[in-house]
Amino acid sequence: MATEKVTAANFADVVLKSSTPVLVDFWAEWCGPCRAVGPILEEISNEHGEKIKIVKLNTDEEGSIAMKYGINSIPTMNVFVGGQVVKSIVGARPKPALLKELSEYIN
Amino acid sequence: MSVDYSKIHDVVIVGSGPAGYTAGVYAARAQLAPVLYEGSVTAGGALMNTTEVENFPGFEHGIMGPDLMDQMRKQALRFGTQLVTDDITEMKLDGDVKTLVDGSGNSLRARAVILAMGSAYKEIGLTNEKRLSGRGVSWCATCDGFFFRDQVIAVVGGGDSAMEEANFLTKFASKVVVIHRRDSLRASKIMAERAKANPKIEFLFNTEVIDVLGEDKVTALKLRNTVYGNESVRDFTGLFVAIGHLPRSELVVGQITINSEGYVEVEGRSTRTNIAGVFACGDLVDHTYRQAITAAGSGCQAALDAERFLQGH
Repeated sequence: MATEKVTAANFADVVLKSSTPVLVDFWAEWCGPCRAVGPILEEISNEHGEKIKIVKLNTDEEGSIAMKYGINSIPTMNVFVGGQVVKSIVGARPKPALLKELSEYIN
Repeated sequence: MSVDYSKIHDVVIVGSGPAGYTAGVYAARAQLAPVLYEGSVTAGGALMNTTEVENFPGFEHGIMGPDLMDQMRKQALRFGTQLVTDDITEMKLDGDVKTLVDGSGNSLRARAVILAMGSAYKEIGLTNEKRLSGRGVSWCATCDGFFFRDQVIAVVGGGDSAMEEANFLTKFASKVVVIHRRDSLRASKIMAERAKANPKIEFLFNTEVIDVLGEDKVTALKLRNTVYGNESVRDFTGLFVAIGHLPRSELVVGQITINSEGYVEVEGRSTRTNIAGVFACGDLVDHTYRQAITAAGSGCQAALDAERFLQGH
């Protein structure tokens, strides 16, 4: 399944109350590495979307959420389980490296 | 268009900065049908992380780094370069047929290889610098500056990159302190003057950063005066490291001759390495100039060297 967009309006429902792990991709249009990792996250979402939900949060549009989670470098990919950040991946990574980081949620 | 992994290609180019794409243009025009590996998340190389490029000849009013790389990429494509947005993870370069493995597990064979992997940011080398990376420590002002609005941040370095980063960061930060271990900058005069004229930039000379303080994000830096040795602590919520680059030669160590700093060695003014059929260009080789235009020039040389090599076989 494809990635979803999250905003302040649906963050609680989609991310914090999710029964499955959620990866939130904090990104922005002007961020090259964010755009480079975008297609990789789409692929992972299509391949493993039922095990880990992948959603995208635009830091330009949702600055307060980004600030709340202390984001000061993008892309930052935070994994939420039970409403808490359990893992934080900062910086674009190749697909094999991302899969390795997420292996405990995918396998 | 997907790459034919069953055939032996004439030339594979590893890297996608000015050196790689220029090699692509020339190799494609020489009808060598080059395959160029751009990197899965690093396509475009170092200039993707810069703003205006004012010193690349041909652009009277300058050009944005990503735009320049986009044009080079399109130019390489135009003449038939096959681009693969993936990483090369292994290379076996000896012998007449070289083998390369990519991040998706494919194996590619070629008679000639052009190494153009460029460079990576140099770190100061502090444990806490690494620990707090992405949480106040950054090596890329254009990437992360946005998140330091109204903050007091530090830039370590004394060259053009440090000046550019410092100037750029004043768009967001309330104050930028340039910390340099010597008593004068090595930046070009124009960049140094620009930074000195910027009211938001303060200079701390003869100073080095010896520790980065903070629990889950940067709160202060421990500094040492390089002349007198006295230490001090100063509050900062961001540290941008701009002290230079290291060549990305890790994939070819042990096969290709590399100098003590990790730069690939080439024969005289050619791009020939110690292995026949393997050529190297750009910041992977150049420890003296490291400019986009010198990298592009050497990419052209590598393609011409590869073409001549292939003709002779």
